[in-house]
Amino acid sequence: MASRSSSRPAKAATKPAQKKQPKKAGGGPVPLSKDEELQAYRDMLLIRRFEEKAGQMYGMGLIGGFCHLYIGQEAVVVGMQGAIEEGDQVITGYRDHGHMLATGMDPKGVMAELTGRSGGYSKGKGGSMHMFSVEKKFYGGHGIVGAQVPLGTGLAFANKYRESGHVCLTYFGDGAANQGQVYESFNMAELWQLPVVYVIENNQYAMGTSVVRASAQTNLAKRGISFNIPGEQVDGMDVRAVREAGKRAVEACRAGKGPYILEMMTYRYRGHSMSDPAKYRAKEEVNKMRAEHDPIEQVRLRLVEAKSLSEDDLKQIDKEIKAIVNEAAEFAQSSAEPDASELWTDVLAEVEA
Amino acid sequence: MPIEVLMPALSPTMEEGTLAKWHVKVGDQVTAGDVIAEIETDKATMEVEAADEGTVAKILVDEGTENVKVNDVIALLAEEGEDVSEAKAAPKKATPKTEPGQGEATSRETREKTGTERKQPKAEVESDPDIPEGTEFVSQTVREALRDAMAEEMRRDERVFVMGEEVAQYEGAYKVTQGLLAEFGDRRVVDTPITEHGFAGLGVGAAMAGLRPIVEFMTFNFAMQAMDQIINSAAKTRYMSGGQMSCPIVFRGPNGPASRVGAQHSQDYASWYAHIPGLIVIAPYSAADAKGLLKAAIRDPNPVVFLENEVLYGKSFEVPKLDDHVLPIGKARVMKEGKDVTLVSHSHGITYCLEAMVQLEEEGLDVELIDLRTIRPLDMETVIASVKKTNRLVTVEETWPVCGIGAEIAAEVQARAFDYLDAPILRVAQKNVPMPYAANLEKLALPSAEEVVEAVKTVCYR
Repeated sequence: MASRSSSRPAKAATKPAQKKQPKKAGGGPVPLSKDEELQAYRDMLLIRRFEEKAGQMYGMGLIGGFCHLYIGQEAVVVGMQGAIEEGDQVITGYRDHGHMLATGMDPKGVMAELTGRSGGYSKGKGGSMHMFSVEKKFYGGHGIVGAQVPLGTGLAFANKYRESGHVCLTYFGDGAANQGQVYESFNMAELWQLPVVYVIENNQYAMGTSVVRASAQTNLAKRGISFNIPGEQVDGMDVRAVREAGKRAVEACRAGKGPYILEMMTYRYRGHSMSDPAKYRAKEEVNKMRAEHDPIEQVRLRLVEAKSLSEDDLKQIDKEIKAIVNEAAEFAQSSAEPDASELWTDVLAEVEA
Repeated sequence: MPIEVLMPALSPTMEEGTLAKWHVKVGDQVTAGDVIAEIETDKATMEVEAADEGTVAKILVDEGTENVKVNDVIALLAEEGEDVSEAKAAPKKATPKTEPGQGEATSRETREKTGTERKQPKAEVESDPDIPEGTEFVSQTVREALRDAMAEEMRRDERVFVMGEEVAQYEGAYKVTQGLLAEFGDRRVVDTPITEHGFAGLGVGAAMAGLRPIVEFMTFNFAMQAMDQIINSAAKTRYMSGGQMSCPIVFRGPNGPASRVGAQHSQDYASWYAHIPGLIVIAPYSAADAKGLLKAAIRDPNPVVFLENEVLYGKSFEVPKLDDHVLPIGKARVMKEGKDVTLVSHSHGITYCLEAMVQLEEEGLDVELIDLRTIRPLDMETVIASVKKTNRLVTVEETWPVCGIGAEIAAEVQARAFDYLDAPILRVAQKNVPMPYAANLEKLALPSAEEVVEAVKTVCYR
């Protein structure tokens, strides 16, 4: 199950990738400390509850257009965020709410962008797929499948140009993995040894097309082989495995060894977007994944088993998270629509005199 | 008959060059493939090989001679047993055969010559009010002016770097980045693989991170591969981010029809990019404008599409000798004032106008010529003010008329100066066909000075 496609000796010495199936403590991924587990639990739960709320609000007509929920994939962004340092950048495609929350962006501003209000991160002018935070080093939020891959490679180029020591996490899906510009980026990133970790979130379906129906090589971690970029398949449902592999990849990048590919084996519980009934897969498949591999449930079980937390403590956390999300939903509905004058602003930057 | 050795062309747009060195002398035996001479232009150096076997009988152009016209006879080879002592030494031009009635099937370069160098001096142009009075000028090619603009900005701002295919070691496919690698090194002058979509996107990402990339496309024809990154990533991000994310990047390279390179390499993309909110589009004609506007583009916090023209690269203009020659973006230039009719054009389209104006002046028509310089935002104020004065308008551009720059100008002018118009607005543009390769067809497809003359006379009811 562990797959590794490095031809670079420096990296071949690193540990093999984790297996896909979650493991109990004692084997498998490096365990997290109690505080780290707790933080991961909170961060993932925030994303889950936020997305559930967004789904509800979409159903109520408060959110328009496209809305791609991240439910099921929470361990990927939360684990990877735990592997980077302040100043490292994050960029992704259109399924981006989880990434924004993981980088520390304010849920109120994210939800208000979903409702198209002036309090949103883009003043209501971007929407679900287009939010940015220079402060949190979140560079979007990109709606064209695969377009974020050269952009993230460019962020990494800037890191190298400035010798900033920072690494860029460039996320994309199994669908984007078939876009040509991904490979143009791989080539340049390896050629110039750019500090970029390509995180492929393989949730197994590009909209309604499964990986096997779209990819000649379904092991996406191997997609970097001809560029000499090492790749690993990682259990993307286990936040510990993600974090461990993420640290390994980020360290290699920071050490100047060039790009790294992590294929996160993950799953989305919802359809591709709110308007997708997901008829292309069996209900049982989804239910099995939820029952046996849920990323949040895994952490919850460990916390309880280790007696780190009581059920009451967990309920308290759930309550706190719910309050944050409700506050965000409330803000997203009370925040004013952008002023009509905003139609004309932010097209071009004013030239400094 | 002695064999004539002709001055070769290094590129589709080369008109003349320097005969740098002879490797043979009279009496030497040569066989096909032997290097007999070296020629050079401001862009490149090339070895001239003998195409036939023979003895060098006469050398007609001395080593070191500059401005040797393409196709001039530079030497004569004698075939075995031939006595060439009596051969005529007078160089003669090799001209392509033309079919009667088909028009002169000369190459684009020849038209360039007749169009701009023979007649242009008669059509005097006004000085640019944006250049301070009393400024000293130096003669520079557009190519040199662009290079200087980049070099000056790279010296001024460490964030500026240039990337693209062949920009570093090869010094530019069109030699626009000549000397930059030597001065700035490979960190700031970056050769890319042939990967337009990828490096355009990479440049946009670097700009989002706060660098100031200059992305060179070998030609804008190849930028179609990168269109998504230019439009969706570079142009729209500022708006989509509510003003948070800037994209200070310049996409530059030759645009528009070159010469005899066929349909895929001969297209003017001005109207494509001009369509997009969030982009600035610049298409200069002169070297002074190329320099001043490229410097402005590099400093601008927005994505700029900077459309150069291959045919103009080697053309010399007077460039102001200023420490920091920066021109305002979005400002057209009245190149010549006139009272009878307004001609509006940009980039290489100006050459047709200048040529036409000579004839029009002879016929007593006083033309006002406006070089748009910036295509987005269009300086409609200057155009409208001119139309209000002349009451007549002809637009000239090297692209198809449908949804072209002329169409946009015509729409704006009828909306804002309808009552001032004394005649319908006419457009001179490329014919509505892909660019043909054949010289005569290419000439027919492109706009011409004759068409400009005809359009001007039509709107003046002459």
